[in-house]
Amino acid sequence: MNAPARPNDYTAYPDASGRFGDYGGRYVPETLMPLVHELDAAYKAAKADPAFQAELNGFLTHYVGRPSPLYFAERLTDHFGGAKIYLKREELNHTGSHKINNCMGQILLARRMGKTRIIAETGAGQHGVASATVCARFGLPCIVYMGAVDVERQKPNVFRMNLLGARVEAVTSGSATLKDAMNEALRDWVTNVHDTYYLIGTAAGMHPYPEMVRDFQSVIGKETRAQILEVEGRLPDAVVACVGGGSNAIGIFHPFLNDEGVKLIGVEAAGEGMDTDRHAAAINGGRPGVLHGNMTYLLQDREGQITEAHSISAGLDYPGIGPEHSWLHDVGRATYLTATDLESLDAFKLTAELEGILPAIESAHALARIGDVARDVGKGGVVVLNLSGRGDKDVATVAAHLGMQI
Amino acid sequence: MTKARIDARFAALKTEGRAAFVAYVMAGDPDAATALKILKGLPAAGADIIELGFPFSDPMAEGPPIQRAAQRALAKGMTLSGTLELARAFREGDQDTPIIMMGYTNPLVTWGYDAFARDAAAAGIDGIIVVDLPPEEADPLADALDANQMSLIRLATPTTDDARLPVVINRTSGFVYYVSVAGVTGVKEADAATVAPHVARVRKASGLPVAVGFGIKTPERAGAIAEVADAVVVGSALVDEVAEAVEMNEDVTSRVLSKVASLAKAVRLARQGLTTV
Ligand SMILES: Cc1ncc(COP(=O)(O)O)c(C=O)c1O
Repeated sequence: MNAPARPNDYTAYPDASGRFGDYGGRYVPETLMPLVHELDAAYKAAKADPAFQAELNGFLTHYVGRPSPLYFAERLTDHFGGAKIYLKREELNHTGSHKINNCMGQILLARRMGKTRIIAETGAGQHGVASATVCARFGLPCIVYMGAVDVERQKPNVFRMNLLGARVEAVTSGSATLKDAMNEALRDWVTNVHDTYYLIGTAAGMHPYPEMVRDFQSVIGKETRAQILEVEGRLPDAVVACVGGGSNAIGIFHPFLNDEGVKLIGVEAAGEGMDTDRHAAAINGGRPGVLHGNMTYLLQDREGQITEAHSISAGLDYPGIGPEHSWLHDVGRATYLTATDLESLDAFKLTAELEGILPAIESAHALARIGDVARDVGKGGVVVLNLSGRGDKDVATVAAHLGMQI
Repeated sequence: MTKARIDARFAALKTEGRAAFVAYVMAGDPDAATALKILKGLPAAGADIIELGFPFSDPMAEGPPIQRAAQRALAKGMTLSGTLELARAFREGDQDTPIIMMGYTNPLVTWGYDAFARDAAAAGIDGIIVVDLPPEEADPLADALDANQMSLIRLATPTTDDARLPVVINRTSGFVYYVSVAGVTGVKEADAATVAPHVARVRKASGLPVAVGFGIKTPERAGAIAEVADAVVVGSALVDEVAEAVEMNEDVTSRVLSKVASLAKAVRLARQGLTTV
């Protein structure tokens, strides 16, 4: 099979129809189509408006706490004995993950569009918490759809959302996880077309979401680029991030896409192993298809029915991936590895013990591969890992796997 | 044969001076054998056109009744090829009743549009509605259907304004399906007075018959819509009959067909009411 040709400018995508090569698009019911066009136009106007960008930057600085530090992880570096490992500290953002970058951008857009009701889907609850947070800040009602299974395994985040004034709707249809929460949010949007803004939490779904969420998350990569140039005087050899829907990964990758010397490495959740069917690795274990408004790699059976994803991490437990990643994979610009539940738990503990940082179990998937990457690059090299979130929300899950009760 | 079958049916109904009754059935619900019995009984019970749902795991525009119908069908192993099998078996005994498939994109992508269109036409399918395939993404499927004389039937909705209507109608044939409410299937109720001007608008812009569906559950409502539309579609209320019959251990086929008969009767009587006014 021939890979599609590499473009001259990777940042020129998506095209006008929302495509990254074969991937992306707008596969939504007709009821939503006019809204999707309206959103596209509103986002284009906001993107080009310096006042919008200035307002966003103000909130990112004073409310979110940006820029986040780029931290040299000396003890992890010594432990693996390869390239220098830097951590981009997105877990230090307000609410504890990168999700707030996107939520802040989209809530300002929703206000600009005159929308008065916000809906969101969430898996781990991090995007739900970030959505509830910005809705509280701007006084907008917030309804968060969350799979009933996830409500059960992420109780502290459900409580946080409630404290922030959001209503959490437990979704029992289908497999009662993130994909079903997204179905239910779409059903809400189809039903409440006039006043409702759908705040999607990852760089997936119908155009313009993959582009818009990427743009809002690209602040991570822009800062990283400037910070590494300042401390190391050079670009990194590799950038590593975990991939659920792909927003933290595309956010840190995007400003490096045209620097072909920088390896871009995404890590998908291998769950109980890629030799089982209990994983969440859309690229490594799926094939292209259409779900939630976009053409992308999906976990599915022979008949095109979507299959359930499995991961210890609720935030990676999704059968799809953003369309830009599918394209970067096909053209060979990015590489997608996997990490199992157990490898991620080990990486979680190692990072806690060596660096005094509890990483989100999602981010721990990237940490599980960082040793291999650092050794591959070798001494004298530099690698950056996107530490997308903090792990306080995961201590109960980790304890359960260690056979402990807390 | 295929597009022609839809056109012939609407032409015949026009001379009768009444609207069509369109019955939606989910393939394989509650199982393949029963679904076939229901299909075979539909014309005699009064269905003029059959909408044959093919199940998908993640039906984003469906309310709980059709979501559950798809789950029941998938649990019994229904597939796209199984759906075509049902159509083929139905066609052996009925050459005139149009069958329109209705479902989601991904099973079609998996099959391949060209192969699907060829196989569906061979099975006696006349057209297809793909809920999550708007005009912006539909050209490849439309090409495949054209090559097999099948209709791509589009949805127009309350959010489809006059500026967008031509986009929706372009490459549509057979009829246009007007979604009477902004929402998922089987939740909100359609209102004939609200729907009427939209039906007229879509009919005028397309020159095609306009079917109305999504919020019609009772014979009264079906009758009211039949006075203003060219066809009345009922789905959720029929799959709910399947669910209830299964739960109460009743005969599924007779329960569904008697509901079809009462709805079809209301549609037939509607225009008579009109002419006596
Ligand atoms: C901390 C953290 N990292 C990563 C993810 C995965 O999402 P994405 O791939 O969009 O970054 C999540 C999702 O909940 C998360 O909470």
